[in-house]
Amino acid sequence: MSVRQRRTVVLASAAVALVALTACGSGNSSGGGGKKSGVTLKVLIGSSGDAETNALNAAGKAWGAKTGNKVVVTPAKDLTQELTQALAGGTPPDIFYVDASRFQTLTKANALADVGAKVKDSADIYPSLQKAFTEDGHYYCVPKDFSNLALEINTTLWAKAGLTDADIPTTWGQLETVAKKLTTGGVTGLVIGDSLDRLGAFMHQAGGAVISEDGSKVTANSPQNLAALQYVQKLGKEKVLQFPKQVSAGWGGEAFGKGKAAMTMEGNWIVGAMKADYPSVKYKVVELPAGPSGKATLSFTNCWGVAAKSANQSAAIDFVDFLTTTDQQVTFAKDFGVMPSRQAAKSQFVSLYPDQQAFVTGTDHAFGPVGFPGFAAVQKDFEAGINGLADGSSDPKKLLDSLQKNAEDALKNGG
Amino acid sequence: MTATDVRPEAPAPVPAPAQRPKRKRTAEDRRQAIAGWLFVSPAMIGLLIFMVIPILLAFFVSFTNWDGLSSPITGDRKFVGLHNYEQLLTRDALTRRSFSVALKNNFWFVLIVVPIQTALALWLAILVNNKYLKGRSFFRTAFYFPAITSSIAITLVFIFLFQGGGAVNAMLKFLGIKGPNWLADSRGLFHLALSGVGVTKSPHWAQHQILSQSIWDWFSGPSVTMVVIIILVIWTTSGTFMLMFLAALQNIGEEVDEASDIDGANSWQRLRYVTLPMLRPTLLLVLTLGIIGTWQVFDQIYLTGNNPATRTPAFMSFDQSFNNNQFGVGSAIAFLLFALIMTLSTLQRRLVKEELD
Repeated sequence: MSVRQRRTVVLASAAVALVALTACGSGNSSGGGGKKSGVTLKVLIGSSGDAETNALNAAGKAWGAKTGNKVVVTPAKDLTQELTQALAGGTPPDIFYVDASRFQTLTKANALADVGAKVKDSADIYPSLQKAFTEDGHYYCVPKDFSNLALEINTTLWAKAGLTDADIPTTWGQLETVAKKLTTGGVTGLVIGDSLDRLGAFMHQAGGAVISEDGSKVTANSPQNLAALQYVQKLGKEKVLQFPKQVSAGWGGEAFGKGKAAMTMEGNWIVGAMKADYPSVKYKVVELPAGPSGKATLSFTNCWGVAAKSANQSAAIDFVDFLTTTDQQVTFAKDFGVMPSRQAAKSQFVSLYPDQQAFVTGTDHAFGPVGFPGFAAVQKDFEAGINGLADGSSDPKKLLDSLQKNAEDALKNGG
Repeated sequence: MTATDVRPEAPAPVPAPAQRPKRKRTAEDRRQAIAGWLFVSPAMIGLLIFMVIPILLAFFVSFTNWDGLSSPITGDRKFVGLHNYEQLLTRDALTRRSFSVALKNNFWFVLIVVPIQTALALWLAILVNNKYLKGRSFFRTAFYFPAITSSIAITLVFIFLFQGGGAVNAMLKFLGIKGPNWLADSRGLFHLALSGVGVTKSPHWAQHQILSQSIWDWFSGPSVTMVVIIILVIWTTSGTFMLMFLAALQNIGEEVDEASDIDGANSWQRLRYVTLPMLRPTLLLVLTLGIIGTWQVFDQIYLTGNNPATRTPAFMSFDQSFNNNQFGVGSAIAFLLFALIMTLSTLQRRLVKEELD
């Protein structure tokens, strides 16, 4: 081999080694290490928009000035994908949003540091939210905020249909009655997203669930869940309930804002969307009606995940402390409309936004998403059949049976 | 390895002993070889880092249960043998059913898109190659324009056009036709046609299952939603292929056309017996590129939503990897797709070539 040739080979192998090194990354993982000041924290967020990104940047600056650290906030275009890439590369951001439905996948891969209990007063967070981020008794990360589904009512259409406050539905029967009254030529009484994240509320109201409370058994084809789907199908066949695509909308909030729906079921993210896109629509928010087994709603939440591989864990915990103080949570609520996860912030939030009370009150009977590894594909498969409920091309029993079979399979395979 | 290898030999003014010229040529050859390797090395290293290593890594991953949340080489992953391939091909569960639906979707997509886009491209090329056509360059640009526009932008526009209450349905309504809810209609075209003549249930013989899907479902044809993507893709890619045909057409000398004129060929005969045979290499190229491209369709599927009625193997590979954290299954899909494309291209190459003999 010649010198030049050898150089080429050396160069090539150096490049290969470089790639291999990057792929391997460093492997320290035990909790609580690192310096407390003079570090740069990388924070990856799934931002809802500029308001959220700016609010986090401001919080990062304030904390950095106080502690002598620096915070770099990166809003992800696709958080799941970008976080996966970062974790696979071995250099994940120090702090990132973790959706409750992704939590179990991440803990199973040992990607999260177990820091929930190390954050100041973390026990004050709503217990149902803590539960969403607890696995085998470990409270991994602190919920940053949350949303509950509630029923939004277009008050103009409501009055036009001759309905009053006394008619606000509190049972399934009443919901059907008002939906019928509200349905006219161009308006559908109720438009809800064709996803398990909406239909799941009906399942819980009927006393059902996709998976048992301890997460060990799939209970998708229970008679309770069947009752829930049959109720949705009944309303769908009566044309008083439709799914967004059937009324040419992207989601329930769009149908609601455009006046194609008199009612919808969304979380408090709809407040910001209505303010930005449909400021002239008058509406009010009430709790979801109760089903045969009582009241229930679905809750969506994210936590401040700290990477198990982060070298700056103690600084990261300190920053999460700062982010989850009552004051900071109320600031975030003002800046981009989220609900504080701290019970201590509840009264402040309700007095700031009395018209959003219904979102908060749902918390007492809120259920989290199903999120064991492998369920995402199962859920997608189930949701493909939801649209067909309305025209009768999907059979509720068959849908639930296949959900049961696929979920059992995923639980066995992935768990 | 010796230092003499690289030292240039001094030119020999006098004839050297018998073995000298041979030795000298060898050294010169080597020098040239080294120079050659050096010149291609940037590209080679690039290919190695961005193609060869990732492909090998993906192949390795397809035999593991890697979840994408640690390093695939040193991280927490188990070697699972053929498990991922079994899930896709032999185990009757959700993964195989999804994969089989994805294959079906893509099969109908290819079957409709490739012939139409090839024929359309050829037709457009012949049109704009006509020297008596006024504003030729305008038409050439116009037909090529969709091909250079971002597929993301075009798909977004199509999504607006084909919404339930969008422009396309408004136009159909004007003609007295009630358009379907394009982007949410998962019914297959053939099933729709059959239900038009009263067949709505699968006949007994078609209930046999192949890859977790009944024969009846395999022959559902493309879904209504897929039709939107088919129209979109034909419209965007025929411009590119038109350009290839156009280049080939311009290579055919005028004297060939004149000769056929003298022989008394009419314009159809000239196209069928003179132009088309001379375009055969280009036709082969266009068909091959068409088949490869259509089996890899992704952007349009990604944007129209993760919908089983349009899901293709390429998209499913992404979905399984990043949304379901099963990179093993995702990579296995990629390799099965690779095998499929290889087989089909080889087959098609052989078919088109045989015709020539």
